[in-house]
Amino acid sequence: MDPTDNQVETVHTAAIRFAGDSGDGMQVVGARFTDASAIFGNDLSTFPNFPAEIRAPAGTLPGVSSFQVHIADRDILTPGDQPDVLVVMNPAALKANLSDLAPAGTIVANSDAFIDRNLEKAGYDTNPLEDGSLDAYRLLSVPMEELTKTAVEKSGLKGRGVLRSKNFFALGLMAWMFNRPLDPTLEWIDKKFGRDEEVRAANEMAFRAGYHLGETTEMFRHTYAVQPAKLPAGTYTNVTGNQALAWGIIAAGQAARLPVMYASYPITPASDILHELARHRNFGVRTLQAEDEIAAVGAALGASFGGHLGVTGTSGPGVALKSETISLGVMMELPLLVIDVQRGGPSTGLPTKTEQADLLMAMHGRHGEAPLPIVAIASPSDAFETTIEAVRLALKYMTPVMLMSDGYIGTSAEPWRLPDLEQLPDISVRFATETNANGEFLPYLRDEKTLARPWAVPGTAGLEHRIGGLEKEDGTGNVSYNPANHEKMTMLREQKIARIADDIPEIVVDSDEGADVLVIGWGSCYGAILAGVRRVRGRGMKVARVHLRYLNPFPKNLGEIVSGYRKVLVPELNRGHLWRMLRADFLVDAIRYSKVQGQPFKASEIEAKLMETIES
Amino acid sequence: MTDTTATEHSRQDWQSDQEVRWCPGCGDYTILAAVQNFMADLDVKREEVVFVSGIGCASRFPYYMNTYGMHSIHGRAPAIASGLAVARPDLSVWVVTGDGDALSIGGNHLIHTLRRNINIKILLFNNQIYGLTKGQYSPTSEQGKKTTSSPWGSIDFPFNPVSLALGAEATFVARTVDMDRAHTQDMLQQAYEHKGSAFVEIYQNCNVFNDKAFIKLTGRDEREINRIDLEHGKPVVFGPDDQWGVVMEGGTARVVDVSAVGIDKIHVHDATADSPAAAFALSRLNHNPVGPTPVGVFRRRPRTTYETTLQQQIHDSQASRGPGDLARLIASTGTWDVKG
Repeated sequence: MDPTDNQVETVHTAAIRFAGDSGDGMQVVGARFTDASAIFGNDLSTFPNFPAEIRAPAGTLPGVSSFQVHIADRDILTPGDQPDVLVVMNPAALKANLSDLAPAGTIVANSDAFIDRNLEKAGYDTNPLEDGSLDAYRLLSVPMEELTKTAVEKSGLKGRGVLRSKNFFALGLMAWMFNRPLDPTLEWIDKKFGRDEEVRAANEMAFRAGYHLGETTEMFRHTYAVQPAKLPAGTYTNVTGNQALAWGIIAAGQAARLPVMYASYPITPASDILHELARHRNFGVRTLQAEDEIAAVGAALGASFGGHLGVTGTSGPGVALKSETISLGVMMELPLLVIDVQRGGPSTGLPTKTEQADLLMAMHGRHGEAPLPIVAIASPSDAFETTIEAVRLALKYMTPVMLMSDGYIGTSAEPWRLPDLEQLPDISVRFATETNANGEFLPYLRDEKTLARPWAVPGTAGLEHRIGGLEKEDGTGNVSYNPANHEKMTMLREQKIARIADDIPEIVVDSDEGADVLVIGWGSCYGAILAGVRRVRGRGMKVARVHLRYLNPFPKNLGEIVSGYRKVLVPELNRGHLWRMLRADFLVDAIRYSKVQGQPFKASEIEAKLMETIES
Repeated sequence: MTDTTATEHSRQDWQSDQEVRWCPGCGDYTILAAVQNFMADLDVKREEVVFVSGIGCASRFPYYMNTYGMHSIHGRAPAIASGLAVARPDLSVWVVTGDGDALSIGGNHLIHTLRRNINIKILLFNNQIYGLTKGQYSPTSEQGKKTTSSPWGSIDFPFNPVSLALGAEATFVARTVDMDRAHTQDMLQQAYEHKGSAFVEIYQNCNVFNDKAFIKLTGRDEREINRIDLEHGKPVVFGPDDQWGVVMEGGTARVVDVSAVGIDKIHVHDATADSPAAAFALSRLNHNPVGPTPVGVFRRRPRTTYETTLQQQIHDSQASRGPGDLARLIASTGTWDVKG
């Protein structure tokens, strides 16, 4: 058939979800589709969603793993509320994902897997591919296993390995349907499987076979074109939040001219930061996989005492374990970066799902009066710069800093315009090298402006001193139980953090003239809130928006801003952490909009809530 | 403040300006003096020495040393010192800890620090009691010990710190006694010279809550028949006129009358043996309830330190890939250009 017969429909955006068993390689093909789209020039946003179980039984609902990618010809902010195309490798994947599919959306199903045993495991009485229950959708049944087997015959691969390539068959089919370039994926297959010729050949053959099926089979005559996006000029790459955060740590070390020590204990979804940093020994970054979370933060703090940039990364339960050591860091006034890639809690909670419910722990989860700065990342492309900013505060103010990310930011990907590295801020520090008080060294003599104490590192002659967790006498840092001194030091530590408000940008409100509803968010809600705001504006409504990078201290003008609107809406993936803080600090009757499903907000949810708020 | 670019030579130079506050008669005073004297004799600069401690009576130690120091949190000193030592291999890092601090709350960090062979000198002051919290039994207290928290006698079975350290495959393990300052200084010297984690258990008398716990080892009348001085390459003998000796039978150490078995059958101590098994057997001689107590160096075995290997990996990686180039890194997963 002449391929020009195809009907090509130009669309501005499309969301595709690959869903299958957790052994089916859905994350792999999702990531490959993403990369091919990025190289093609689409803007994009992804949402990997995988089960926490090590490996649930094949074909069951708990074992379903999916990867959604949203591609567009303009800048987009979320992975898409509803997939337009759903690729399902078995009945369980269909069952688990169908309710998300857009009305009249397309289902591409691996019909070979819709056998009695699998249908039963997924809880189907009849075969949905045949019983008419999917009539409201565009259903494309493809015997992917049979076709993959035939395609890879010449690869030399035998046995069970043959069917492993079926994910690339599905990818090839999607590549055809969305006019994706083939080369990036073929190159990836070469690079990844080059050492095992049979596997390499099988994956390539399956991929090409999927593509050719689309080209030659009449049922796939309909394809989609999503044109390259008009993004700001520059060089782009595709990053996940964890990757950009890891690179931000390396960059911060360079900007500070300090060696970096990253000590961590593996925990989902923060482990990728450790993996990424451990790969790059040639940057001089020391990574230490500690025996537990407490050791990890302890080692980072010990490195900070020694004049390195001490960093520890974890997720919520890990922060809980680290809290005593973070308090020690507050008392000793040493720089330390603590990264919390939040996940659903409490306890083990939803380890692979996202949530923002650690904000109040970051704010208050230590014994005693132990304030510290909190900085939040908004999106994968925001992680690099925000990490450097968090390090800047830690070094300048001699304090532990909490850097908040979450599973959604950490694992999802989007294009990132590469920064001009010449423009990295200079955040270098000056270690104390000389006595500072009549020939003596006072380790707690403070900088008048920042209230930070001097950082004298071991090895510096003449500045030997002892620090520790017991209350410090003002100036000398000697142990002191003096009641008035304790209160004074408590206030000094508090003021030191409060003064950071003078060192961070004031909020610029994204506000329509005459808007009387303000929506305020933090962290990964950024994309959904902005997309929701755009939709509301598209409906001719007025609205104002603020997104917070600094959660403690708040920007100086935040109080004035939140008091200036009739209604303040606070969407969060928790039960109202920022909402509570805003009400407590500014006495505003803010409205809580909470979601705790382990899933990010959808733009449509924000849109609906904003419309309701505006109209009420 | 004195400039310490020259080597120190007096104990006073190593004393901080802080008043030493332990109970009168505490064994810690003796250990402090031994450490300060030892440091004064060393060719080491004061600013390059760091003492890190956890919580407990012993953990006040860093305040009294005129070096860099950190009094940290309960049990975590080995973890904090690990980060410091890995970051700064140029420093001489010491941990001072007690039996509760190191073996109860901090047990995990202790074994993993020893396992990694990070270049840290760990001094465990063992008084077999909780002093700071006023007299509860500790992880080294003997079974049946009556304390405020064990009025019916402790049910816990105790750790033997030397056995534990050997079990974690520590590369240097020694034991000494607070009352014997010369022996303590010798153990400190050998620990200092060892490249890697060095673990020194120091029996320390708590005259308030557990007085004379080690009297069998320190008392004038008893010490000769209870103390075994381990010497590398020498037969393990002790008692008046070296009357008794130790033989190894099926991996177990047993005390025998030397004249009955002949000196050739007596176990010859090899501190550098690859296997820690014989050293472990020796460490069991005085365990629960009591027995003749070996002091000295149980094990001294060379092994590459953690930080050396890490440094080597950084070096090798830079040699093969060049020093890190951030611009290349952030573009490493593929880029595309968008024209304005």
